[in-house]
Amino acid sequence: MPDTIQAPALPVGHYGYDQVDRAFLADRVEQFRDQVARRIAGTLSEDEFKPLRLMNGLYLQLHAYMLRIAIPYGVLDSRQMRELAHIARTYDRDYGHFTTRQNLQFNWIRLEDTPDILARLADVDMHAIQTSGNCIRNVTCDQFAGAAQDELVDPRVHAEILRQWSTLHPEFTFLPRKFKIAISGSPNDRVAARFHDIGLVAKPAPDGGTMFDVFVGGGMGRTPIVGVHLRDDLPEEDLLAYLEAMVRVYNEYGRRDNIYKARIKILVQALGTEGYRAKVDAEFAAMNRARYRLPPETVAAIRARFGTPDLHAPDDAAEQLARARRADPAFDRWVRTNTHPHRAPGHISAVISLKPAGGIPGDATSAQMDIIADLADRHAFGEIRVTHMQNLVLGHVRQDELHALWQALRAADLASANIGLIGDIIACPGLDYCSLANARSIPIAQKLSARFASPELQETIGPIEIKISGCINACGHHHAGHIGILGVDKKGEEFFQLTLGGSPGSDASVGQILGPALPEDATVDAIARLVDAYLVHRTGGERFLDTYRRLGAALFKDAVYATA
Amino acid sequence: MPLLENGRLVPDDWTTLDADAPLPATGPVIVPLSRLEEGLARPHGEKLGVAIPQDAEIDTLRTALPRLSLVAVTFPIFRDGRAFSQARALREHLHFTGEIRATGKPLPDQYEFLLRCGVSTVDLPPGSEPEVWARAHTRFRTAYQPSVLGERAEGVTLRRLLG
Repeated sequence: MPDTIQAPALPVGHYGYDQVDRAFLADRVEQFRDQVARRIAGTLSEDEFKPLRLMNGLYLQLHAYMLRIAIPYGVLDSRQMRELAHIARTYDRDYGHFTTRQNLQFNWIRLEDTPDILARLADVDMHAIQTSGNCIRNVTCDQFAGAAQDELVDPRVHAEILRQWSTLHPEFTFLPRKFKIAISGSPNDRVAARFHDIGLVAKPAPDGGTMFDVFVGGGMGRTPIVGVHLRDDLPEEDLLAYLEAMVRVYNEYGRRDNIYKARIKILVQALGTEGYRAKVDAEFAAMNRARYRLPPETVAAIRARFGTPDLHAPDDAAEQLARARRADPAFDRWVRTNTHPHRAPGHISAVISLKPAGGIPGDATSAQMDIIADLADRHAFGEIRVTHMQNLVLGHVRQDELHALWQALRAADLASANIGLIGDIIACPGLDYCSLANARSIPIAQKLSARFASPELQETIGPIEIKISGCINACGHHHAGHIGILGVDKKGEEFFQLTLGGSPGSDASVGQILGPALPEDATVDAIARLVDAYLVHRTGGERFLDTYRRLGAALFKDAVYATA
Repeated sequence: MPLLENGRLVPDDWTTLDADAPLPATGPVIVPLSRLEEGLARPHGEKLGVAIPQDAEIDTLRTALPRLSLVAVTFPIFRDGRAFSQARALREHLHFTGEIRATGKPLPDQYEFLLRCGVSTVDLPPGSEPEVWARAHTRFRTAYQPSVLGERAEGVTLRRLLG
């Protein structure tokens, strides 16, 4: 082949579509256009249309349709981000909301516009497939994948394989309930693997390949459960076959009589770990394993569709960064809180906080999206990651360019130095948007982040995760919050129940209820008192969670409720 | 009710019996699972089918299967996807090569899923528009996972070429 013909550059960090993938998406858009037309003509009832629109990400919320767009394993490129900004400007109210499943939601969409929006998304290789409905949802992944120093295996290729495998899966698109898979490649769990229907942790196999730890039956919602460890030695070539077996057992035996008992966690609890494992093993033994085998050539072919960053930094990049930090204390603080060590010398991962003091967690304006796209092009190979904490990450930034990046972020009000700190709050959309909610989550998040706005104070308090859900469905992950806040309805008034001691990570635990629910303003004050009590009683570098685990709930209970 | 095969309406030679109707001595008959023994007692050579509920264990058909020409699976509501797994288990575990018929209330938007799980015919629910089913039959050119139909893979990718 003459070397003048060059393949178009592949996107860094995610799978690059080819013509076959684009033809598939075009067919999918036409299918939805047809469904919308049948709904408007009345030949499709709302009951029949509902699951079809849900599997294209379209929810009917309190005030309008919400469109949830898939960002597979949380990675998108600058071209896609600009298209999202365009859609926000054209079809919504000039902003979008990044979610805990690393997706993006538009909250003010008209049904008639959705086929056109999906067509525009397809132009940049995006879609809203299976972002809702009782099917396998967007697979989530470590936001520092492919960059983190502590990573053993880059899990994004396998996340893409799972995305493809689960896309319009013929057998698993009408499951008893939604099904969420997370995958990590680091021993430090940043994906909450134990709080997923299936959690996978990739690691090197003795033969030099890849194998997986498999967790099943974790979840939040009304019945928070830490997942059980099913096996630690799943070979890569059996990944799809084994997942087929796991999901099939769920499809056959999962409860369908009560939506609150329909998740796989309830089945695993009912059968017991051994009972569930026996059924999966029987299915695995009976199936045509050759058909579902994932050969190394297939993994390699999909890996080859990923662009890779060319990581070259000047020899003195680290020294330049150190100088900039010494010269600028505000920058220094942001580097301390908002960056993560990179595997390559002279590089670093930068977290863009979408949690400004008093702001709505996870929201970004279309202008901010455009700026972030430009900065990704300039500093991070055009690659942007969405975190399950509702922030954004530029994964591969040269250390000598970090100060310039920070200055540009600061100018766009995107440089809050609060990652992992008390201002880095997860909140569900709550009663401001959601028809299921009992209480408004967003205002309490805004009040808390305003109360603890000072970066100095936040850094003094140290790592602490506050998570807020507006109802027991727990979309704000309150069960896994060091401090969880659950909105409840008491005779038409919004109250908030506090839970302490939850954790999503390798030390996963479910938070415990502290005491009676409180009104909104009292909740903000109560959390301030909780934090004061922690600051008095902590020893050494103890996190809030560690102090709670060491001393128990009593002292915090006193701090919250023993006010005269 | 109209019967669909390969996206087209075809004649239906089968009689479906309910729990009480008398069993004819000859002719192709689909009996409910509760009357399977009765059906099997008919003369060999008479075509027999069985209709199973969505919660039936496929393995219970193992011994009877060589005598069965048809298994009808059902979707009491289209959101109940258990019959997809039943159809696939019939093909994959028990290597059933006869007709698998989908009954109940499947949607045309599920047609490709039905076929790829091993269903061969669909007993169209009342009010169905056959042309919508026909469109669904040719909607997609590609799928992203193997199925019991054993479609050709595109190179070494996960993608399968449909149609």
